Amino acid sequence: MESSDLQRRYIDFTSTLFREGFLDSQYTQLQQLQDESNPEFVTEVVTLFFQDSEKLQDDLTRTLDQEVVDFKKVAAHVHQLKGSSASIGAQRVKNVCMAFRICCEEMNREGCLGCLQQARQEYFLVKSKLETVFRLEQQIVAGGGSIPTMW
Amino acid sequence: MAVVAEAQFHVLAVDDSLMDRKLIERLLKTSSFQVTAVDSGSRALEVLGLSEGLTSSSAVSPAHNEIEVNLVITDYCMPGMTGYDLLKKIKGSSSLKDIPVVIMSSENVPSRINRCLEGGAEEFFLKPVQLSDMKRLRPHILKGKSKEQQPQEEETSSTSISSNKRKAMDEELSPERRRLKLSNYSLI
Repeated sequence: MESSDLQRRYIDFTSTLFREGFLDSQYTQLQQLQDESNPEFVTEVVTLFFQDSEKLQDDLTRTLDQEVVDFKKVAAHVHQLKGSSASIGAQRVKNVCMAFRICCEEMNREGCLGCLQQARQEYFLVKSKLETVFRLEQQIVAGGGSIPTMW
Repeated sequence: MAVVAEAQFHVLAVDDSLMDRKLIERLLKTSSFQVTAVDSGSRALEVLGLSEGLTSSSAVSPAHNEIEVNLVITDYCMPGMTGYDLLKKIKGSSSLKDIPVVIMSSENVPSRINRCLEGGAEEFFLKPVQLSDMKRLRPHILKGKSKEQQPQEEETSSTSISSNKRKAMDEELSPERRRLKLSNYSLI
């Protein structure tokens, strides 16, 4: 694929992500912090987010699976997930966490399970979209082109 | 070691989340700060030369193999020692009390913010911390430095909140000062 086609595809794809609320301005902030001295910054931070989130989802599953649910523990995990998703601009995941937190406060197990499912869904969605973004970036660079800046 | 012009200040960043440490480190470096990032309050105290369990009187003096830290920026919610606990330890130490401390939190809780400011924190940043927040750090470092150099200088409201509070514990933080800080955040 031609470099300019790739670049156009990249611009279209990332604009859609922002428009559909998968990513917010915090992601742009991350991109702005990346430069020649730290060319992998965004992928490094996002990879940490993937690792953190998957571990937290496992923790949440386990905690909600107990005979007697420790809602304080659930809330603590949700707080962390909310923080991580906010830090990279994963807006939809963050929003689910806000609803999740309310279910914790209400000690609503069914509600929490529902939120966990939603969080998982949104997480896997944004993960696959980010992986596509990174793949496109790699292809552009491999083709000798430069990644368009979206701000 | 080459002597560098005064410009580079050293910030100690404290956060138990690896992700957030990476972020704050990048934000600080991009803003021309030297950074040491640690994952806990107790590690922070080690870097500052004040080990847990030792009283401030037995703290290692700055002359002994210790890095000079110009500002501490710490997360509030950490297991073990919270950012607030760390703040109190720093402000309670004769050797460290003049180091400006900034607290970060992902939660906008007015009582928490108040508590930290009254505990001697210079600022309270909401997470995710922005590049624009970094601009607010240098003034606090410079104020601290000028206080160091001229201890006889008349206290201005902007530099000596902590000493004001120690002098008169029931005297409230000057209303304008608090409003100035709190108005930066939506408390609704």
